[in-house]
Amino acid sequence: MRIAVCIKQVPDIEARLRVSGDGTWIDEEDLSFVINESDGYALEEALQIAERTSGEVVVFSLGPERVREALRKALALGAARAVHLKDPAFLGGDSLSTGRALAGALAAGDFDLVLTGSQSDDVGFGSTGTVIAGELGWPHAWLVMGVELDEANKKVKVTREMEAGMNEISNLDLPAVLEIQAGLNKPRYASLKGIMQAKKKEISEPGPGDLGLAPESLGETGAKIEVLSVAFPEAGKGAQIIDGDAETAARTLVEKLQKEARIL
Amino acid sequence: MSAKIWIVLQQRDGKIQKMSWEAVRAGQALAADLGGTAEAVLLGSGMEEAGNEVGQCSLGSVHVADDESLAVYTPGRFARALEAAIATAQPDYVLFPHTYQTVDFLPGLAQSLDAALVPEAVSFETVDGSVVWQRPVLGGKMFASVRAKGPGPVLVSLQSGAFSADELEKGSAPIETLSLDFAAMSADREILRIEEAIAGEVDLSQAPVIVSVGRGVGDAEKIPIMQELADALGGELGASRPVIDSGWLPRDRQIGSSGQTVTPKLYVAAGISGAIQHLVGMKGSQVIVAINKDAGAPIFNVAHYGIVGDLHEVVPAVTAALKEASES
Ligand SMILES: Cc1cc2nc3c(=O)[nH]c(=O)nc-3n(C[C@H](O)[C@H](O)[C@H](O)COP(=O)(O)OP(=O)(O)OC[C@H]3O[C@@H](n4cnc5c(N)ncnc54)[C@H](O)[C@@H]3O)c2cc1C
Repeated sequence: MRIAVCIKQVPDIEARLRVSGDGTWIDEEDLSFVINESDGYALEEALQIAERTSGEVVVFSLGPERVREALRKALALGAARAVHLKDPAFLGGDSLSTGRALAGALAAGDFDLVLTGSQSDDVGFGSTGTVIAGELGWPHAWLVMGVELDEANKKVKVTREMEAGMNEISNLDLPAVLEIQAGLNKPRYASLKGIMQAKKKEISEPGPGDLGLAPESLGETGAKIEVLSVAFPEAGKGAQIIDGDAETAARTLVEKLQKEARIL
Repeated sequence: MSAKIWIVLQQRDGKIQKMSWEAVRAGQALAADLGGTAEAVLLGSGMEEAGNEVGQCSLGSVHVADDESLAVYTPGRFARALEAAIATAQPDYVLFPHTYQTVDFLPGLAQSLDAALVPEAVSFETVDGSVVWQRPVLGGKMFASVRAKGPGPVLVSLQSGAFSADELEKGSAPIETLSLDFAAMSADREILRIEEAIAGEVDLSQAPVIVSVGRGVGDAEKIPIMQELADALGGELGASRPVIDSGWLPRDRQIGSSGQTVTPKLYVAAGISGAIQHLVGMKGSQVIVAINKDAGAPIFNVAHYGIVGDLHEVVPAVTAALKEASES
């Protein structure tokens, strides 16, 4: 099986966030970056399938220079090689123009399966994998919690999460795009050997021309939506914050729950 | 030019899904702001009754695509049917409830129509005839204002609770049949069955108090401090999804859009950031207490009481304070 995995590098948002100078995103200066949570599960699933089928995993990511670190990590975990879409023409897009670029890069790879995460933890469109499937003309499933391959019949049986604790079980023809939900498996840690080997693995950096894509259909120019601004929710509404050290705050809370909220 | 707004409702076995009514309300509000008309769209099989029910809203019309091939949802058929209908009628805005079903097919529809896609909108403003949508980013810590560029329909999915179905305007709308070439549309997916995800033992919906564990607890070995607080309050343990995904607690403790929905008298969220998928499962709780080391965590926007601090100190302190209070 030849499996592609699309991963996104996202900011670790437990940090204190600040709006960037132009007001349309956050200041990335002091933030650390990680592989998007559900993408990590997609990568693990791909690695497991490749191990079972003597296959190969190729990892793709679109984003600026810093994304190389995420690709290196994926290579250390076991991907064979990586493709980094970092040309400025690719950047700043919505899910349509981002999906178009990734599909362009995937098209030549002769893959049986493309895995992505279900949703990014930063912009949260939850759409890129489905757009990729549309561009490639392949079937897809979003929010996948179970993958069972039937190589002989070129099919994959997929368990998809629905609301309220229901699951949909279906068959998709290969090649297909599966958008993996967090929790599907147990992602591995990189070994020292893996980290060493990753240094020698190839990261290619094709530009729009190499993929036969018109630059104006990509990135910010090709996007169908534009971000005008980002902001924190209005202050003022919300919790009454109880101050003091842990003991004092705890006592005050219990008192308030007894006397003010009257629920204890 | 007056705007044409479509609202695509979701139904299962003829029963309209709850968030769809909120989307209808959003469509009515948008039509009022833009000076246009709102029309509903329903896809399914045996839709007569459901169509009539939707027809009791104040809408320009209800378009019904009624065909056996639409009896069970498949992304291929739903997207292709809507693609054909939208290409013919050319609505300016098409609104959807932001359900898992919508997210499964809507991006494919946007891709095939080359249309602007705004997922998970929570509100909108009209500025000089153009519509600016607000949507959460960064786990709900911030909100982005976005706008469609260029011509063509704008496809928008609306997050749960963003609009109130109680404000729906009643009326009487004519039902119109959408005749499409259903036979030419392929499913893209062979549905084998729909089943309950492994049913758990624990029904949290009846618990008077829930102490809910988030990723901030750090690891499974720290769960006992949460259990002790739950015991002191006479409550049950709940959890956010990552805690379950990491195997720290069983799946039947998960609260949120893919877990249980609870409305206890007291909900204590410790080390939970407050992502929308968690909030939809617990925001109806009578009193919410949040314990989080990040003062900017969105959980503080829905909580009634908050303590900003390390849960490893605060949670045992609350347990101790409860014991102290019950002894005095
Ligand atoms: C389709 C879909 C369905 C989903 N369904 C669900 C669902 O049903 N239920 C659900 O919960 N999620 C669900 N999610 C996931 C959801 O989006 C969030 O990722 C999840 O709720 C985050 O869990 P969390 O708050 O525990 O973790 P995080 O968002 O990582 O937050 C951890 C919090 O702990 C705080 N913290 C860290 N250390 C400490 C400390 N020592 N003391 C105090 N605070 C600390 C941090 O400041 C942070 O706010 C779903 C996601 C998708 C895409």
